[in-house]
Amino acid sequence: MLSFEGVTYAYPGRDRPSLREVSLALAPGEFCVLAGRSGAGKSTLLRAAAGLVPHFHGGDFAGRVRVAGLDTREHQPGAIGAVAGTLLQDPETQVVMSTVRAELALAVENQGRAAGAVARAVEEVALALGIGELLDRPTAELSGGELQRVALAAALVARPALVLLDEPTSQLDPVAGDELIWQLRRLNLESDTAVLLIEHRLERCLGAADRVIALQDGVLACDSDPSGFLEWAAANDRALQTPAAQLIEGAGLAPPPSGVKQARATLRRHGLLPAREDGAGSPAEQAREEPGPGGGPLSGLRRAVRARRADAPPALELRGVWHELRDGPAVLRGVELSVAPGETVALMGRNGAGKSTLLRHAAGLLEPTRGRVASSGRVALLLQNPGDYLLHERVAEEAPAQALARVGLQALGERNPRDLSGGERQRLALAIVLGGGEQERPAVLALDEPTRGMDRLAKRELAARLRALAGEGVAVIVATHDAEFAASVAQRAVLLADGRPIADGPIEEILAGGWYFATETARILGGAGGALLPEDGAELLREARRSPAVLAPEGMVAS
Amino acid sequence: MSMLAASAGLAYRRRASPLHAARATVAAAYAAAIALAALLLENPILLGALLAAVLFAAAAAGVGPQLLRAGRRAALPVLAATVLVNALASRHGLTVFARLGDWVVLGQVDLTLEAVVYGLVFGLRLLIVTLACLLAFCAADPDELLLAVRRISPSSALTATLATRLVPILAQDARRLAEAQRCRPDGGARGVRGRLAILRATVAGALDRSLDVAAVLEMRGYGAPRHGAGASGGGAGAPGRGLRRARAGHDRAQRRARRPFSRHDLAFSAAALAILAFALLGDASGAARFDAYPLVSMSAGAGTLALAAAILATALVPFSDRRGIEP
Repeated sequence: MLSFEGVTYAYPGRDRPSLREVSLALAPGEFCVLAGRSGAGKSTLLRAAAGLVPHFHGGDFAGRVRVAGLDTREHQPGAIGAVAGTLLQDPETQVVMSTVRAELALAVENQGRAAGAVARAVEEVALALGIGELLDRPTAELSGGELQRVALAAALVARPALVLLDEPTSQLDPVAGDELIWQLRRLNLESDTAVLLIEHRLERCLGAADRVIALQDGVLACDSDPSGFLEWAAANDRALQTPAAQLIEGAGLAPPPSGVKQARATLRRHGLLPAREDGAGSPAEQAREEPGPGGGPLSGLRRAVRARRADAPPALELRGVWHELRDGPAVLRGVELSVAPGETVALMGRNGAGKSTLLRHAAGLLEPTRGRVASSGRVALLLQNPGDYLLHERVAEEAPAQALARVGLQALGERNPRDLSGGERQRLALAIVLGGGEQERPAVLALDEPTRGMDRLAKRELAARLRALAGEGVAVIVATHDAEFAASVAQRAVLLADGRPIADGPIEEILAGGWYFATETARILGGAGGALLPEDGAELLREARRSPAVLAPEGMVAS
Repeated sequence: MSMLAASAGLAYRRRASPLHAARATVAAAYAAAIALAALLLENPILLGALLAAVLFAAAAAGVGPQLLRAGRRAALPVLAATVLVNALASRHGLTVFARLGDWVVLGQVDLTLEAVVYGLVFGLRLLIVTLACLLAFCAADPDELLLAVRRISPSSALTATLATRLVPILAQDARRLAEAQRCRPDGGARGVRGRLAILRATVAGALDRSLDVAAVLEMRGYGAPRHGAGASGGGAGAPGRGLRRARAGHDRAQRRARRPFSRHDLAFSAAALAILAFALLGDASGAARFDAYPLVSMSAGAGTLALAAAILATALVPFSDRRGIEP
């Protein structure tokens, strides 16, 4: 279905190739995940498979790519598009027509199908992806998540034999993201469609994959089944390990699991989970009473914040905040929220729950239609796209030297901001909103989906930076879909639904007991000990192996 | 116009109205007829009828408030500027109502009633043209229009699609950039300097954005509708052999897709033709006579009033048939 033969490619003006001697073959009906850190060449490989490299981007291309027998050197992307549906990263630019129905019809109309066949294809793909109610909506009015679904539907509508997807779940909440992966798997199983999928959150898709290809610095470094890939990652690139694999490896167990089910089976085999669970003792209750073994990187911070909360006025306070659209629904409905200095709060909830709107109110970008917002100082807001903050030609012009030093960019002052990597851009945007002098120091730092498109290493760095800021007394509030990131940063989680908080409590309590709004570690351990991160979970398991009473008698350990 | 519409938050949305029920080319032709009539006519009574026609049509199509908002934003400043410039620059007209003395650039400036009236009439024509274009923007499905253009000239349609898609994307980019600037500790650069910085950043990003949109259009085969790899889809196809078959299949599909004229199509087409005919009739019969200089004079007799009523009625009659107009 897809073959690469010795492909080496460098973008125009770049000496360093983005792909080097890549050879691989994808069989019809295979579900393949393309893994790698940011900048490893994943998107370039996908663009080469779609024919955009080299036709669209130019550059130096060597080797051969064939898609369903079509050589991309001889066929234009339009011809490749007839057999391979492609979804690129940014959904805003993936939708080209003005209504959803016209968008979906475009690809099939261009193949010369009859009107009836076009209508049927549109109807089927809308049903398959659950976007039937969007069909007559103008594309300009869709949210990011809706746009992503529509763009995916447009890639699938012509029933291509191969689907190429670049982070299709980046804008989706955990529920919608998981659903989308399984919809792809169903499509793959039912219609023998081959799938090549790039995804940073590997834990989301390894369970559905037949095969994983990993790139390192443009070179094909691993080509194996999910289990083989996880073994390779443990030995060669730990940043690509899934939380479940880290947990099982950290507990001294094997083999590395590709998902929750496998991990739990491993634990059962080792007597760390009961054969039958009677549900006695709520894991959330247990978590509240017994914080994780080491408390993770947040335990010290948590104690300090509790002490501060007792006597300090809140850094941010929302009292009965409503945001009602003219001729539209209420986006926020009487939100009550108070954040203490130095506290870190994860704001979670499905797409459209009101997270971004709440942050905009906190930062004063929006005025509540009712209620009030108060803060003890400036509220710095880092919006979703860090590139939006960058207006100048030099990094040094964007932010004061002190702020650049704070985020570790002091050495890049002369660089053009557009030449920075994604992670560096985000650090620069963070420096811009944080400001330089003491008088500019914010009381609250709010971040809207800061981990979109980030690899695990970059997320870890950002989490450490945010914890450091919280340690300095800055209240941090992060809107995120990423439960692992939330667990690594926040002490408290607020779950929003339909514009109001429906759960607010310690992060171990909110993220430990759920299906979707839970970390993979918590789902494996059922929330035991409030362990959310692999290192905490592994310690708990190690202790449990030494002394089974650690997890008993709440039903976590077999007799 | 699409930039104006985007900035005013105006977008095509299918609504329950006879104009939306008509095909896009007919809806656009209807709006174009009103605009063309405004360019043909100068008589203020007839222009008033056309203005009323476009406003009532917008209200009947369910886009009245949006049209008024966008029109106020775009056309009223132009109307004011037209009156002002004409009053200052025109040397015609006999009814002087203010002598402003000798201006360095313009020389002796005398304001005349005739120049003001002519400016108003000219501005009124611009206002009607703008509102008619906005009506077409709100009521004619742009995808259907582009498809119609694509049958005639694929590359022009590709360029138009790229441009129309880029406008809202760039408008969104500019909004996001402005919001990000407000998040800076100093509130970002304000005023003209701030706007220029945002404009520069938006333009700098426009190339990347246009490349992305163009890449997607290319992958969907938009630019080369007749170069698909086989009409059957879903498989590898045979690109060489499939070419001719795809072309034939595409043409067949297009022919099949051509739907017969509905009664809404017929009604609005007839109204468009009648409006143009009335405009020509008014011009030929003298019922549309209007002279601003040297003194304002115009026909305002029964013929003119009847013509104005006929234009208004003709423009609005198609809206009376409200059967089968679900969105």
